[in-house]
Amino acid sequence: MPKDHEGIGASSKRREDVRFLTGAGNYTDDINVNGQAYVHFLRSDVAHGRLTKVDTSEAEGMPGVIRVFTGADFEGVGGLPCGWCVTDRHGQPMQEPAHPVLAQGKVRHVGDPIAAVVAETAEQARDAAEAIEVDIEDLPAVVDMKAALKDDATKVHDDLSSNLCYDWGFVEENREAVDKAINEAAHVTTLELKNQRLVANPMEPRVAVGDFNRATGEHTLYTTSQNPHVIRLLMGAFVLGIPEHKLRVVAPDVGGGFGSKIFHYAEEAFCTFAAKAVNRPVKWTSSRSEAFISDAHGRDHVTKIELALDKDNNFTAIRTETYANMGAYLSTFAPSVPTWLHGTLMAGNYKTPLIYVNVKAVFTNTVPVDAYRGAGRPEATFQLERVIDKAARELGVDPIALRRQNFVTEFPYATPVAVEYDTGDYNGTMDVLEKMADLSGFEARRKESEARGKLRGLGLNCYIEACGIAPSQLVGQLGARAGLYESATVRVNATGGIVVMTGSHSHGQGHETTFPQVIADMIGIDADMVEIEHGDTANTPMGMGTYGSRSIAVGGSAMVRAAEKVINKAKKIAAHLMEASEADIELKDGQFSVAGTDKSVAWGDVTLAAYVPHNYPLDEIEPGLEETAFYDPSNFTYPAGAYACEVEVDPETGKVEIKRFAAADDFGNIINPMIVDGQVHGGIGQGIGQALLENCVYDESGQILSASFMDYAMPRADDVPFYDVDHSSQTPCTHNPLGVKGCGEAGAIGSPPAVVNAVIDALHSGGHKVDHIDMPVSPARVWAAMNA
Amino acid sequence: MPQVSMTVNGKPASGDVEGRTLLSSFLRDTMGLTGTHVGCDTSQCGACVVHVDGEAVKACTMFALEAEGAEVATIEGQAAPDGTLNAIQAAFQEHHGLQCGFCTPGMVMSAAALLKDNPKPSEAEIRDYLEGNLCRCTGYHNIVKAIMAASGQNVGAIAAE
Repeated sequence: MPKDHEGIGASSKRREDVRFLTGAGNYTDDINVNGQAYVHFLRSDVAHGRLTKVDTSEAEGMPGVIRVFTGADFEGVGGLPCGWCVTDRHGQPMQEPAHPVLAQGKVRHVGDPIAAVVAETAEQARDAAEAIEVDIEDLPAVVDMKAALKDDATKVHDDLSSNLCYDWGFVEENREAVDKAINEAAHVTTLELKNQRLVANPMEPRVAVGDFNRATGEHTLYTTSQNPHVIRLLMGAFVLGIPEHKLRVVAPDVGGGFGSKIFHYAEEAFCTFAAKAVNRPVKWTSSRSEAFISDAHGRDHVTKIELALDKDNNFTAIRTETYANMGAYLSTFAPSVPTWLHGTLMAGNYKTPLIYVNVKAVFTNTVPVDAYRGAGRPEATFQLERVIDKAARELGVDPIALRRQNFVTEFPYATPVAVEYDTGDYNGTMDVLEKMADLSGFEARRKESEARGKLRGLGLNCYIEACGIAPSQLVGQLGARAGLYESATVRVNATGGIVVMTGSHSHGQGHETTFPQVIADMIGIDADMVEIEHGDTANTPMGMGTYGSRSIAVGGSAMVRAAEKVINKAKKIAAHLMEASEADIELKDGQFSVAGTDKSVAWGDVTLAAYVPHNYPLDEIEPGLEETAFYDPSNFTYPAGAYACEVEVDPETGKVEIKRFAAADDFGNIINPMIVDGQVHGGIGQGIGQALLENCVYDESGQILSASFMDYAMPRADDVPFYDVDHSSQTPCTHNPLGVKGCGEAGAIGSPPAVVNAVIDALHSGGHKVDHIDMPVSPARVWAAMNA
Repeated sequence: MPQVSMTVNGKPASGDVEGRTLLSSFLRDTMGLTGTHVGCDTSQCGACVVHVDGEAVKACTMFALEAEGAEVATIEGQAAPDGTLNAIQAAFQEHHGLQCGFCTPGMVMSAAALLKDNPKPSEAEIRDYLEGNLCRCTGYHNIVKAIMAASGQNVGAIAAE
C-alpha cells in the first residue's frame, strides 16, 4: 500500500534533489571520455560578410592541435534541418535557406561558426583558433525587420528572393469579414508594441561530447538536450547520415532548457562528425559569452493589434499584423512559433467571433530565434491583454468587468482560430484571483503608496495556452515534419519493482518524483518501488521530449497507457494463480483479489510468477511483465489563468518595484502541488525578467550589445517578490487519462502583461496619460514616458 | 608546470596547474569535484561559489595557485559522511529550493556563508546577499524561503508583501 504522501496530489519531496544538493549531479560537462580532445569554435565577429580567406596553416602547427576544420570539410554533409514548414497566405511554402554546420562562403550573424580547432586541451584549441587567418568582405548588415523587407535591402541569403521567410494569414478566409467588422465597429482600440528579443539563458551552458567506437561503428553524443531522440533523428537522418542503430544520444542531467535546448545545433553535429574524423572523443563546452551568440534567442516580434467592440463593449473582431524575426537561419522549430503557437492563441479567453492574424517572418543578420518558454503564446497574450486594458481605459470601464463580459463560458468552445478549448472556468479562476489578491483592498494600498510619494498600479491579465503539444495529425497538416506523440515503457521486475522508461526529459521539472506518484496510485504500491529512466536513446523508446508543457499531459499519458497494459496482463496472471475468472480480479493497494471472496495475491507474487513461470498459463500469455505505449493526444490541453500584479513606481526615477504578485491558474488535475507551485514561481520570475529587465540588443551594424550577464539583465533575487500562487480552480482536461493540462510555461505567459498593465495603471494614477511602454519597462523608459 | 597544494573538504589536494588555471577548473578537472559548476565567464552567476579559508569565493575569479595552502570547502563536503544533508541542504529539499540543480551548489555555499555571519537574516537581507547568485528556474521564491527556514524562521505564511 502506498504511503499516504506519495500518490497523485501529494507534495512529495523530490528524490533528484539529494544528488543535486551534494554535488553528485551528472551534467554533460561532468562527463569526460577517456582520451577526449577539445574543440574551440572560431566565430564571426561581424554580422554579415563574404569569407574571402580562411587560412588554417599556422593554427595547424600550434602546440597540441590535432586538426582544424572549416566549412569545406562539411561540403558533403547535410545542413541543419528545419522541422516545420509554414505555408504562406498564397499557398506557397516558406523560403528555407541552407544552414551549414560551419559557414560556407558567407557569415550571417555575429557568432556564426567559421572554423573549429580540435586540440589536446581546451586552452590549446582556443590559442590555435586565434591563429586562424580570416578575411571577411563586409556586407551591409540587415538588422531591422521592416528595413529588411524593403526592395533594396541586402539579402541575408543570396539564393532566396528576399529576406521574407513567409507572409502568413490566419484564417485567410476571415480576412475580409474581419476588415468589415473593424470598419463597422462602435469602437476600435489600436496598439503597436514590441515583444523584445530575449535570451533563454538556462544556467547550464550547452555542452556536446562526441564519441566514436571504431570496433562497432557506433557514435555516441552526450548533449545538453531536452529531447535526445529528436536530436538523434535530425542529426542522424538529415545532417550526418548515421542510422539510428549506430547513433546513441544521451542527455543526462540538464541544467535548465526553457526551449533553448530543444533545437539541433551545429556543435552537436560537429562533435559527432569530428570524433570519427580524428578518431578521438571530442568535447565542446560553451562559455556564457558564446551562448549569447550561439543559443537560439526568443520572442522578437513587432505587432500592431486592433480590437473592435460593439456599442455594448462586446469584442467583435481582432486584427493583428506581426513582424517576427527569424534571425539569420531557421532554427529547428522557428517557423512554428509566430504562426501555429501564436495565431491559434489570439482568441485568448474571449469569445471574439472574427480574428485575422498576419505574420511576416523575416531573415536578419542576427542569431536565429526560436521557442523560448511559452513560445508564441506569451506574444499572443501580451498584445491581446495590453489592448484589452487600453480599450477598458478608453471606454471608461473596469478592466475586469470588460474581461468577464467577454469570457468564453461554454465548453467545448471552437475558436475562430482553429482550436477547440475542451474545458475551463474563466470566471471561477478570476473569482479565485480577486480573493487571493485582495483586489478590494487595492485602493487603500494605493493611497498608502501615494502618501509615501509613490504611484501604485494594479495590472490584470488573463491567459490561455495550448499545451501538451500535440495531435500528430493536426500538426502534420500545419507543417510539422515530425509526430508529437510520447512514449513509455513500463518494465516490471521479478520482485515487483518498476522501471519506467520515458521519452519525456526532465531538466528541472522533477519527473523522477512525479511520474512514480502516478504509478504508485495506479497499482497501490510505494512510489519508492518505481524508478524513472530518461534521456538516453539506448534505453528509452522513441519519444519527442519535453517542451510546450507536454511532459505529464503526453508523456504521463503514455506511461498510464503502458501501465494499464501491464495491469491487464498482471490480472490475467493473478486470475490463473487464484483459479478465478479474469473479469473478477480487482487490484487495490498492491493486492489482486477475487471479487466477492477473501482470495488475494500480492503484486510481488504476480510479478514473480511472470518471470518464474512454474505455475503459469503459458499457452495463453507470454512470461514477463513489460509493456510499451505510444500516446498521441487528440487535442491540445488548455491551461488558463488570471494574474494580478501591483507595482510602485518612483516618480522621481521611474523605477518600478513589484509589491504583490498573485497567480490563479487552472491546470486541471495536479500530480504534485509543490512542484506545480515551483513551476509557476519560475515562470513568473522569467516573465518579470522580460517585463522589467531583459533585453537582447543589436546595434545597426549587427553587433550584439548584450552578450554577457554584465549587459543582459537577468532577474536576481532582489528584483522579485514572493509570489502568491493558487491552482484550486481545476477543470480537468477531458481527453487525457490523468485530466492534466501542464503548468511549465504559464507563469512566463501570464506575468508580462500583468506587470506592464500595472505600470501603465500607476502612471495614469499620477496623471500621466501613457498608453504603452515597450518592455523592458526600465526606469529610463518609464521616466521618459512620464516626462514626454 | 607549477604544483599547487591545498586542503579540499578536509583532505590534502595537490596537482600540476598552469598559471592561468582557475580554482574552478582545478576543482572540476584535477580533483574531479564536478559539483562546483561554471555558468558564466564574467563572475556574475555564482554557480561556482566555494569557501576559501571560510569565506565565500567565486571559484572562477581565483587562480588555483592563489589557493596554495588554503582550506577550500565545496558542495561535496557539506553533507555528513553518512550522507545526511546539512540544515541548508535539507531546507532546500524540504521547500523545493531547486529545480534543474545547476545553480544549487553555489546557492547552498552562499547561503552557508550568509548564515555564518547573519544567523537570522530578513527576507530583504537574503535577497540582497544573493545578488551574486543567478537562478533561472525557481524565481528565487523557494530559495529565499529555504534559507529563512534553514535559519529557524517560520515560513508557513509566506506570500507577497
